[in-house]
Amino acid sequence: MTATLDTTAEAENKPAAGEIPSFDVTLKIQRFSPEVGPDPWWDEFTITVHGTDRVLDALHKIKWEDDGTLSFRRSCAHGVCGSDAMRINGRNRLACKTLLKDVNPDKPIIVEPIKGLPVLKDLIVDMEPFFASYREIMPFFINKGNEPSKEHLQSSEERERFDDTTKCILCAACTSSCPVFWTDGQYFGPAAIVNAHRFIFDSRDDGATQRLEILNDKEGVWRCRTTFNCTEACPRGIEVTKAIQEVKRAMITRAF
Amino acid sequence: MATTALAAPRSPYARQKITRSNFELYSWMFMRVSGVILIALIFAHLFVNLMVGEGVKAIDFGFVAGKWASPFWQIWDLLMLWLAMIHGTNGVRTIINDYAERDGTRLVLKLLLYVAFTIVVVLGTLVIFTFDPCPADAPAELLASFCTA
Repeated sequence: MTATLDTTAEAENKPAAGEIPSFDVTLKIQRFSPEVGPDPWWDEFTITVHGTDRVLDALHKIKWEDDGTLSFRRSCAHGVCGSDAMRINGRNRLACKTLLKDVNPDKPIIVEPIKGLPVLKDLIVDMEPFFASYREIMPFFINKGNEPSKEHLQSSEERERFDDTTKCILCAACTSSCPVFWTDGQYFGPAAIVNAHRFIFDSRDDGATQRLEILNDKEGVWRCRTTFNCTEACPRGIEVTKAIQEVKRAMITRAF
Repeated sequence: MATTALAAPRSPYARQKITRSNFELYSWMFMRVSGVILIALIFAHLFVNLMVGEGVKAIDFGFVAGKWASPFWQIWDLLMLWLAMIHGTNGVRTIINDYAERDGTRLVLKLLLYVAFTIVVVLGTLVIFTFDPCPADAPAELLASFCTA
């Protein structure tokens, strides 16, 4: 879209044709290294970036040109693998889906690891507690009775029922934005519930009762306070809080 | 912004134990149901006490004594007391669970909460059912003016 012609007045103020405008930006990054000491510290880096750059591009530039010890996860770098969730200006986002120009580059951009999970180094956290609760809800198809001899059929309405929660990429942006999870990490967390929702409301799956039983825990869905932090944090736009309430409703209709 | 206060990296944790039961489900349902009932009970209570008849000026020892002479108001106030106390206690229990980070803190706060709950509910229930505006052996100068015996 940017390739289309601008009006002449705007075009005169812009750099030469084809050149992408660039600007200086400061990133204030929370660092931690077990080799340096038990406490985290802040580092500031000022770099020149393109107007089209994302936070991930800035992190790359810092790592490649300024400080090779800066550590962060990223894999696909295009918002699909869910590796680079971090707290940018106080909000959980994917660094690869956040444009620098959208997070007020006039002030230092604050980059922290996601909260509530133990930090291993810099922006890398230990995701194991997060995946442990994901595994607990049994994120796989459960079939009762004989092994099916033909494919399960599903109408598009039945598919639509859980479509939203199939989008999860397990980046942990939701779970690590949840204040209940921050307290002691015992809460299953939004991501585990979203992925349980994906199977509970799937007409082909037979394990709904087991999954509801698992989430009907003192640390399960009932700890949700509907603060909507998870819905706001989700880089995939999943209505996380709504999914949690639908699981609650399924439990209540089952119990009464 | 939370940029000045740095939380130290946390040690890894594991889920302490599996605590599956319907308790939290019933407690969640109770909060909704009791909330709706309390709205009716409390606003009717306020209306009867503050607006009907002479309104707020009518409230005195005799007014309360008159209300508690009727089993209807006894049950009404008892329901209000119990529902409000369980509703409130359950709410504070939830807040303690959410905000206390250590199990020890949690235990102490909840013990205090349950002791306070028990005292208020037991005393309140006792008063509602055993309230006698004119005790037989009380000195005359302490009795209310309507006790003409």
